[in-house]
Amino acid sequence: MDGLLLTPGQYASLWIGVQITVQLLLWSFALGVVLSLVFGLMRLSENRFARGFALCYVELFRGISSIVLLFWFAFALPILLDIGQPSRVVMAVLALGANMGGYGAEIVRGAILSVPKGQHEATTALNLSGFHRVRHVILPQALPVILPPFGNLTIEILKGTALVSLVGLRDLAFSAEILRTARTQMEVPIGVPELFINVLVIYFVLAQIISFTFRLFERLVNARYRQRTGRRAVDVSGGAAAPATAPGDATGGT
Amino acid sequence: MSAPETNAAGTTGADAAVPAVRMREVNKAFGDNVVLDQLHLDVDPGERVVIIGPSGSGKTTILRVIMTLERPDSGTIEVGGRHLYHERKGDELKPASEKHIRQVRANVGMVFQHFNLFPHLSALENIALAPIKAQGRSKDDANQTALELLDKVGLREHANHTPGQLSGGQKQRVAIARSLATEPEVMLFDEVTSALDPELVGDVLEVLRDIAEEGKTTMMLVTHEMGFAREVADRLVMFDSGRIIEEGRPREILADPQHERTQSFLKAVLAH
Ligand SMILES: Nc1ncnc2c1ncn2[C@@H]1O[C@H](COP(=O)(O)OP(=O)(O)O)[C@@H](O)[C@H]1O
Ligand SMILES: [Mg+2]
Repeated sequence: MDGLLLTPGQYASLWIGVQITVQLLLWSFALGVVLSLVFGLMRLSENRFARGFALCYVELFRGISSIVLLFWFAFALPILLDIGQPSRVVMAVLALGANMGGYGAEIVRGAILSVPKGQHEATTALNLSGFHRVRHVILPQALPVILPPFGNLTIEILKGTALVSLVGLRDLAFSAEILRTARTQMEVPIGVPELFINVLVIYFVLAQIISFTFRLFERLVNARYRQRTGRRAVDVSGGAAAPATAPGDATGGT
Repeated sequence: MSAPETNAAGTTGADAAVPAVRMREVNKAFGDNVVLDQLHLDVDPGERVVIIGPSGSGKTTILRVIMTLERPDSGTIEVGGRHLYHERKGDELKPASEKHIRQVRANVGMVFQHFNLFPHLSALENIALAPIKAQGRSKDDANQTALELLDKVGLREHANHTPGQLSGGQKQRVAIARSLATEPEVMLFDEVTSALDPELVGDVLEVLRDIAEEGKTTMMLVTHEMGFAREVADRLVMFDSGRIIEEGRPREILADPQHERTQSFLKAVLAH
């Protein structure tokens, strides 16, 4: 073994794992975002019980290590609930997503509190419903505060996916382990350091993709606070259905 | 204290018997600090009431309890004849549901000292948001109205600008337009020129004068602009330590204040 590259067959084997890892990441992220929003908002609810329930959730799922959560969801819960053997992927997603939600809810809560009180009061004065307040006024302003820590959290989830090999899921880490144990029987023997350098690079690339995506999104969100681009200005005037003056207004916005 | 002798504008004569705002025995305290003390205040439809008084006397709090930004400890408030914080169940007044409060609150709008415009939305979007989302009007329709309102406050060419690109006076005019967009029957103005550079105050007062001249909106204004109050207000209410200590026609009060606290307050304000 001179080079660091593996054979196509070995890469194909790792690729199976990458697909599982990415799948786990995306679903856990989606679930984590939903749980973060729901429980973050509930933490600020005027209803005492909703607040208490959300606090319990946060404390529970932040406080337990992901590996213990994973064992719970994969092994203990199916027996307790007597639901046979559900898909391991689903149970892993539940564990990882719930874990992310525990941290994410606190981030969402903090970000919403960072939106000035006057903004909340203006939504009351305009008589907006709870949903529209959050959707159109509070969240857009909380988003720049939410995004950077959510980027970190998503990378944590990526790292957390490597634990699923312990409940028998064939993710990237598990695929590497399969190659390692089978290395002596292969036509082209594989060096352990080379193998894990490849695994390391793949995880690194995945993390970089996450970072890049979040940075891009942050830039887009922050751009909304700066001067409007000409394109957007045209959109607004176009929607205003005022043909006589719209073109003039459009240039005024640039 | 009786209702004022002046029934302003006379545009809503049919409703004259039903006050636009009616406050009875309203109390509000923050800890030991009693801010509203058995407050009793009626405002007629279309009337313009200017509230004056020393800093900390509770002027902002009056407006905030009407806007439901602050809940009174006790007492009742009616807007257009409907209880704001209570619902009538049989003969009894029960604390109102959020849904009821929201219905009644639709008749009230407020303009803040510090504008509270939404920084991520353009002037036009700020104005059109509530008509679209809270009143269910179509986007085209709401944008059309928003442009007309921007015209009215002299800022049509700033429709696409965000608050960050506007001066203080322009922001406040957009905020007034935003509040007008939902056509509330009662508009509350809390020191809307206090945060502005002196040279920008005039434009904002001009807009307020226009609204007053149209005469269809009930206006409650907290302001230190005595010249404006004299010109626009139907009634001047002097507030001190959570109570109304003197009220009447602006000209009369400004020329000949009866209460000693009013005298010293006006002397201090007019000395500026
Ligand atoms: N949210 C609050 N918490 C505690 N005290 C408050 C609060 N809002 C107002 N106050 C107090 O209530 C009093 C009246 O305030 P305010 O209505 O703002 O007076 P004004 O507008 O006449 O200056 C002041 O002493 C103020 O410190
Ligand atoms: Mg005040």
